[in-house]
Amino acid sequence: MSSNTDYLLAIEDLTVSFDGFKAVDSLNLYLDQNELRVIIGPNGAGKTTVLDLICGKTRATSGSVKFKNREMLGMPEHSIVRSGIGRKFQTPSIYENLTVYENLEVSFPRGRGVFGALAFKTTSEVEERIQSVAETTFLQDHLHTEGAFLSHGQKQWLEIGMLLAQDPKLLLVDEPVAGMTDVETHQTAELLKEINKDKTVMVVEHDMTFVRELGVKVTCLHEGTVLAEGTIDQVSSNERVIEVYLGR
Amino acid sequence: MNTLNKRLFGGNEGLLGTLFLAIILVVVLPLTLDIFRLNLMGKYLTYAFVAVSLVLLWGNAGVLSLGQGVFFGLGGYCMAMFLKLEASDPVTTKIQTTPGIPDFMDWNQLTHLPAFWVPFKSFPFATLAILIVPAVIAYVVGAAMFKRRVGGVYFAVITQAIALILSLGIDGNQGLTGGRNGITDLKTLLGWDIRTKSGQYTLYFVSVALLFGVIMLSRWVLSSKMGRILNAMSEKEDRVRFSGYDVSDFKIFIFCLAAAISGIGGAMFVLQVGFISPSLVGIVPSIEMVIFAAVGGKRSLLGAVYGTLLVNTGKSLFSETFPQLWLYAMGGLFILVVVLMPNGLAGLWADYAKPWLRGAKKRLLERPPTGEPTTAGTAVETN
Repeated sequence: MSSNTDYLLAIEDLTVSFDGFKAVDSLNLYLDQNELRVIIGPNGAGKTTVLDLICGKTRATSGSVKFKNREMLGMPEHSIVRSGIGRKFQTPSIYENLTVYENLEVSFPRGRGVFGALAFKTTSEVEERIQSVAETTFLQDHLHTEGAFLSHGQKQWLEIGMLLAQDPKLLLVDEPVAGMTDVETHQTAELLKEINKDKTVMVVEHDMTFVRELGVKVTCLHEGTVLAEGTIDQVSSNERVIEVYLGR
Repeated sequence: MNTLNKRLFGGNEGLLGTLFLAIILVVVLPLTLDIFRLNLMGKYLTYAFVAVSLVLLWGNAGVLSLGQGVFFGLGGYCMAMFLKLEASDPVTTKIQTTPGIPDFMDWNQLTHLPAFWVPFKSFPFATLAILIVPAVIAYVVGAAMFKRRVGGVYFAVITQAIALILSLGIDGNQGLTGGRNGITDLKTLLGWDIRTKSGQYTLYFVSVALLFGVIMLSRWVLSSKMGRILNAMSEKEDRVRFSGYDVSDFKIFIFCLAAAISGIGGAMFVLQVGFISPSLVGIVPSIEMVIFAAVGGKRSLLGAVYGTLLVNTGKSLFSETFPQLWLYAMGGLFILVVVLMPNGLAGLWADYAKPWLRGAKKRLLERPPTGEPTTAGTAVETN
C-alpha cells in the first residue's frame, strides 16, 4: 500500500491491462494542490485511459490512485465525483435536449439523491452560481439556448462549465480545444488558467500551441508510462519525445 | 399559484390541454355514449394508466419496459383477490365442499384459504397492496438490473421474460390464482354492487379522477430536478454518472413509480370489467400498452390518454368487422408511428395543429405583425 503524501493526487504503480495489453503500465504521477498539468503523448499512449482510471470509468488492474490521501480505486463513479473530481470527456458530452441553464442546473451539486432531486428548489444561490459559471465560460448570452444549437466550441465550454457547477477540487479535462478555432483555443487557455486559480486541473491535449500557451509542467506519456516530465521546452527537446511523438 | 400551475399542469397551455381532455372524458363521453360503450371507455382508461407510466419510464427516462402488463396485472389481482373474498362468503358458497373460500379453490380440492390470501380480506390492506406489490416487485427487478447496469434492449427482453413468467405462473397454479380462467364473478365492493348501471357510472368517473391525479403527479415529478435528470440520463447516462448521480437509483425510482401507477390501472380495470385473467398480464398486452404510448407520443402524458383511447376504439371497431386482420393493423400502426411520427399524436399537435391555430388566431385578430411572439416556443414540449 502506498503511503500518504502531500500531493492532491498521487498515482502509484497504476496498471490496467486489456486482455494482456497494458494500456497503462506501472504509472507514477503526482499532482500538487492547485497545479495545472498537461498530459501529452502519441495516440495510444494511455492518456485518456489514465483519466478514465482516475474517475472510475475504467477499473484498474493494480496500483493506487489517491486523492487527498483517499484511495479512489474501487469506488463507484458518483462517489468519486462527490469527493471532488470532475471529468470532461473528449467529445463534448452535454445534454442536447436541455438548455444551457438546465445543463448547469443538473450539474449543481445538490439534490443528488432521488428524494433530494424531487425536493430540489432553484434558490437564488443556485441562480447566482449558474450565472457566474455561464459568465466564466462565455455562455451568459446563451443561457436559454438548447444544447443542440450551440457551436462545437461552445459545447466544449459548456461541459467545462458543468464541471465548474459541480465545484470540484480536481478537473480532468480531455482535449478541450479539439475542433476549436484559434480564437476559441486562446480563450480556452485563458479559461483554464482562470479556473486554475483555485482548482487543480489535469489537461490532456494534442494542440502544441495551446500547450505552450498554458506554459505549465508537461508530462509526456508513451505506451502507458511516463516518458518525460518538465517544462514544455525540456520535454520537447527530449530525444525520446521527439522520436516517438513530436517527430524530427 | 403560478408555479403550482406550472408544476401540475405544465403552464397555461398544459392547463388548457388538461381541461380539454377533462371535458371530453367527464362531459362529452358520458353524454354521448350508452353505459355499455362508456364502460368500455372506462376499461380503456385503465390501460391509459399504463401508457402514462410508460411516458415516464420510456419517453422521459429512456427505459423501455415491455412488461408493464405485469404491474397492471399485479394491481388487478390485488383488487380481484379482495373482491373475490368478499363474494365468497359462507352463505353464498354453502354448496361448496369448503364454504367460505373462492369457488376455484374448492374445485381444486383446497380446504382452507392459502396464507397469502388471508390479508386480502382487509380493504385497507388490499388498497395499499395495489400500490405496494407492483412497486416492490419493480424494486427487486430494478435493483437487480440497474445496479448491474443492465439496460436498453437487455432490460426490455428481461421485462418480457418476467411478463411470461408471471402469466405462466398464474396460469399453472389454478388452485391459488384461478388459473387461466382468472378470478371471476366479482360482485360487490364493501357491499356496494359494482355491476349496476350507477356502479359503472361511478367507477368510470373514479377512474377519470384517478387518471388525472396520476397525470398531475407525473407532471410534478417531471417538472422537478428529477425530470431533468431523467431526460439527461436517457440521453447521456455517463455524463449524469460523472455529475455525481447514482444513475441506478433514479432508474429504480421511476420504475417503481411507473409500476405503482400501472397497478392502479389494473385495480380500476378489475372494478369495471369484473374479472382478471393471466391473458391481461402477459407479453401481448404489455406490448400493446407500449403501442398506446407510442401512438399518443411517448413523451406526452396527455397524449398517452388520447393514444390509448384511439387505438382501443379503433381496435374494437375494426375487430368487430375484421377480427382476423386486427393484429396486422396493430403491427402496421406501430411501424407507421415509429417511422413517420416518432412523437406520435402529441408531435402532430405540436408541429402542425399548434402553428396552424396560432396562425388562425393571428389572422382573426388581424394584429400588426410586430411584437407578436409567434415564432418562439414552437419546439416546446407539450407533455
